[in-house]
Amino acid sequence: MINMERAEGRAERSPDREFLSIENLGVTFNTEDGVVRAIDGVSLSLERGKTLAVVGESGSGKSVTAQAIMGLVKSQGGHVTGEIWLDGQELNRLAADEVQALRGSEMAMIFQDPMSSLHPFYRVGDQIVEAILAHRKIGKTAARKETLEMLKHVGIPAAERRIDAYPHQLSGGMRQRVMIGMALINSPQLLIADEPTTALDVTVQAQILDLISTLKQEFGTTVILITHDLGIVADVADQVAVMYGGRLVEVGQTSVIYDQPEMPYTLGLLSSIPRMDRELPKRLDPIRGNPPSPINLPPGCVFQPRCNYSDRVRDGACLSVRPELLPTAPDHLVRCHLPAEERRQISEEVRRILAGAVR
Amino acid sequence: MTAATREILRVTDLKTHFPVRSRGLIPRVIGQVKAVDGISLSLNSSETLGLVGESGSGKTTAARSILRLIRPTAGSIELDGTQIANLSQAALRPIRRKAQMIFQDPYNALNPRHTVGGIISAPFRIQGVEPPGGVKAAVQELMERVGLNPEHYNRYPNEFSGGQRQRIGVARAIALRPMLIVCDEPVSALDVSIQAQIINLLKDLQEEFGIAYLFVAHDLAVVRQISHRVAVMYLGHIVETAPRATIYSAPLHPYTHSLLSAVPVPDPKIQLKRERIVLQGDVPSPIDPPSGCVFRTRCFQAQERCAAEVPQLIEVAPDHKVACHFPITVAEVTARARAAGKIEVPETEVPAPPVSGPHFVEPGPPHA
Amino acid sequence: MAGYVVRRVLGMVLLLFLLTLTVFVLFSLMPADPARLTCGKACSPAIIENNRHRLELDIPPIEQYQRFVAGIFVGRTYLKDTARPLECEAPCLGYSFLRNQEVLAMITKAAPVTFWLAIGGFVTWMVIGLVFGVVAALKRGRWQDRTVMGIALVGYSLPSFFIGLVLFFFVVLIWHLLPIPQWTSGMPFANPGKFFQTMLLPWITIATLNAAFYMRLTRNQVLEVFGEDYVRTARAKGLPERIVVVKHALRAGLTPIVTAAGLDLAYLLGGAIITENIFNLPGLGSLAIGSVLASDLPLITGITLVAAALIIVANLVVDLLYAVVDPRVRVG
Ligand SMILES: Nc1ncnc2c1ncn2[C@@H]1O[C@H](COP(=O)(O)OP(=O)(O)OP(=O)(O)O)[C@@H](O)[C@H]1O
Ligand SMILES: Nc1ncnc2c1ncn2[C@@H]1O[C@H](COP(=O)(O)OP(=O)(O)O)[C@@H](O)[C@H]1O
Ligand code: SF4
Ligand code: SF4
Ligand SMILES: [Mg+2]
Ligand SMILES: [Mg+2]
Repeated sequence: MINMERAEGRAERSPDREFLSIENLGVTFNTEDGVVRAIDGVSLSLERGKTLAVVGESGSGKSVTAQAIMGLVKSQGGHVTGEIWLDGQELNRLAADEVQALRGSEMAMIFQDPMSSLHPFYRVGDQIVEAILAHRKIGKTAARKETLEMLKHVGIPAAERRIDAYPHQLSGGMRQRVMIGMALINSPQLLIADEPTTALDVTVQAQILDLISTLKQEFGTTVILITHDLGIVADVADQVAVMYGGRLVEVGQTSVIYDQPEMPYTLGLLSSIPRMDRELPKRLDPIRGNPPSPINLPPGCVFQPRCNYSDRVRDGACLSVRPELLPTAPDHLVRCHLPAEERRQISEEVRRILAGAVR
Repeated sequence: MTAATREILRVTDLKTHFPVRSRGLIPRVIGQVKAVDGISLSLNSSETLGLVGESGSGKTTAARSILRLIRPTAGSIELDGTQIANLSQAALRPIRRKAQMIFQDPYNALNPRHTVGGIISAPFRIQGVEPPGGVKAAVQELMERVGLNPEHYNRYPNEFSGGQRQRIGVARAIALRPMLIVCDEPVSALDVSIQAQIINLLKDLQEEFGIAYLFVAHDLAVVRQISHRVAVMYLGHIVETAPRATIYSAPLHPYTHSLLSAVPVPDPKIQLKRERIVLQGDVPSPIDPPSGCVFRTRCFQAQERCAAEVPQLIEVAPDHKVACHFPITVAEVTARARAAGKIEVPETEVPAPPVSGPHFVEPGPPHA
Repeated sequence: MAGYVVRRVLGMVLLLFLLTLTVFVLFSLMPADPARLTCGKACSPAIIENNRHRLELDIPPIEQYQRFVAGIFVGRTYLKDTARPLECEAPCLGYSFLRNQEVLAMITKAAPVTFWLAIGGFVTWMVIGLVFGVVAALKRGRWQDRTVMGIALVGYSLPSFFIGLVLFFFVVLIWHLLPIPQWTSGMPFANPGKFFQTMLLPWITIATLNAAFYMRLTRNQVLEVFGEDYVRTARAKGLPERIVVVKHALRAGLTPIVTAAGLDLAYLLGGAIITENIFNLPGLGSLAIGSVLASDLPLITGITLVAAALIIVANLVVDLLYAVVDPRVRVG
């Protein structure tokens, strides 16, 4: 509604872009230890109503990407370059108050730790009412009624009582439900969930993931689901983007990423995970070494120090040349110097070993 | 397991209750948090017992009580044949070298003002042990063994990543060649690739030194990778215990079924086809646990008898014990889930306990 | 909440009782013999004995304490068996035979001076500390921040006697910008102009160190809450930055500061010894120093009691305030 008016006066709406289209996004922070290039050259696009999973280890830049989309990086002293197109509007060039009007109404976010993400001094109901009133001109009573409906909707038992509870009086699962309700209260087009279940038990994790997919279908929301656990996104994501060292290293349809991954890092992630659906391997086969420090990234491929295959690339290019994120098949992008043939061969080998454990 | 295995640890009917005090001038005890309420387990050398359960089920309390870092309320703990449940701290000291602990949080478990060398050599100092060849050589050997660069002897913990810090914790734990290491969620805070590295390291060390592990974790896939036997805990009780293969392929307790069903599988083809049990709500407050079977407020099998009668932990097959009035097999669960789409606790469930304790406890399914 | 208040008030009463006991024991164990001190030049054992009787030091300590406590609640009479008994009405904190005055009268006379000194200093330093601290936090790393932190560092390193003396010397003695400070009874209302002229420098003296302290505290505290997840949530909701800062960040960040400041005020109300002395203000601090120098035991006891009671009461007030603003404390 509000957006419609603003959109009409805006010349640079671009109808031929995807619903969400990120182009060459970069974020740097100036810190005491030097410039942290948290993410570099991230490009992504996502159709309306789809779910994108962003996967990677800690420090790979998942949260920074999410917060850059939400326009939350600048308030933390970060510098954003590149373009973020949401529903035909470029966000990075918008004035601060324009992004603020979109935040919480057009796009919303939930965070990893539901305890610290809710304000300890205010009742959970009031925190949701505040989110409504920030974007819509309705009365307090109406907003409270809507809040109560939403709390019931996200599965909070005895919602009439819980609406006046303080966050510390709720369990972790219920707090995350409150956060989800708060994010969805203004029917956003885009919902970003940053590790929404990492702090929760598996049983509660299952409840929360269920809730997110149900609500997504109901509201037709486009979802970005950030996680470090390849397991939890297998059945909810349409597309998966794998991040490493502040870069996307492999992007593809979910089935492609799980069935024909090509980037050595994705392969390493898959073989690091202990799996319940397979015969027990004697040993896990993890990626060696540790993730890189963002201040001191390797000059060539950022994954090179941990990669088992860099010696198969000619001229030691992995050590000196940054690989590009290039298409290897339709809708499948990979960042690696290895020739596609060889990558597929390696991938097949690894998957055979992994599957060898079957039976 | 080799013929040389022997029993290292036997815990019988261990209880650890924490008093709940009223606030005020003269605090009165107004209740007990029954964090651990009568558990029994045993552990052989070269063996890993996985202890799993949701948050608040009492895993950490059990682990710490067994090492006497918390004083247990009742029960017996035999470590290598010595009864340690009631020993004084002074009498415990010489015994401490037999059992060590690895903690969850690699960021807070190490004193930031001590060097890595100082941290790893602490057990030598505390126990007054002089390793042959000197402390420094021994520590550097340990560092090498757990995959740390021995030249980093004089560095401080904050110069290391989470995974490396956990390696420091492992080196400290194995310094005195203990028989038993209690690991409380040792990989939960680590990235998947680092997790796998630490699991491999722990397995290698077990093979080399014959250490027994009590491995506490909430991640069932990780527990499966490392454990020989698994005990499932809920609200202070062990509800099922069995050899690994049995727990994962032929569990009988509804709670074990529910836990296994919630573990995600990184394969969309399988994940989409799985039959699911949806466990509602959270673990009730241990101050005021449900009557009868503690799991009954969330159990899809619950019937009237469950509210009235506490199920005993009964051996249903060799080495397989279950505490449930109505155990259920995988085939039955699958058939039920397939018929209904998924299994949920029916809305007309056994009455939930009254709201109490520091949290509102979510009673049963989320209906208004 | 009501139960909490009742429990806390009961706790406070008990503490105050223990306080009277401690203070009493502490000062009756002091080596100085009050009977000798009040004896004067021509002293003889007989006079000392007489004094001891007059001061009621010849009765058992338990009974002395009983009379002391009774004095506080119902009043007491000194020199009962003499021609001129001294009636000391409740609350009687004792009688100073050195100055021939009731302790309470001396304290009530000195208290307004200290009160206005403390309140003025407190308001000055809190306003400066909070405003500058918040500005520094909001402009983190920029020149405003660096300037404020520089000022704080300087203020921090100046001892108050130094500031007081320098101000007094230059402003009053050399430049004659202000008259020599002099407290007259009836201030501040009788003579507001003179009052401000008198109090300005003492306020600055007291405020400097504390303002520096609170600038740093506020800045760090506010920066810390700005990093809190719930502030990020507030932004993610699309709230205007002003509301994010005031309602979400500052409310949580300044609460502990403002409440804790209550304690600092309480300390000050017990007497600002150095400042009062430099500027010749007849407040509790000066009274305390005088009583110690003269070994005037009843007076020392009384002042200690009042100062400690202030701190205990302030503690309670601060805790209750905190419980009002932070629900985590309130709900058991
Ligand atoms: N010192 C204590 N005083 C009172 N209650 C306690 C204390 N320590 C633990 N508890 C309670 O005992 C119960 C079991 O706690 P414990 O930490 O053992 O659970 P856990 O299974 O290790 O959970 P997690 O998976 O979250 O680590 C919880 O309800 C907890 O709140
Ligand atoms: N406010 C900040 N200041 C400096 N560096 C930051 C900041 N936020 C994130 N970073 C750095 O950016 C990198 C990516 O972080 P993040 O996106 O949070 O990783 P994750 O993939 O775990 O979500 C990390 O190296 C992190 O240290
Ligand atoms: S570019 Fe080289 S180092 Fe990087 S992933 Fe490919 S083979 Fe490995
Ligand atoms: S005893 Fe009853 S409530 Fe408990 S697990 Fe078995 S069936 Fe469920
Ligand atoms: Mg993150
Ligand atoms: Mg624990």
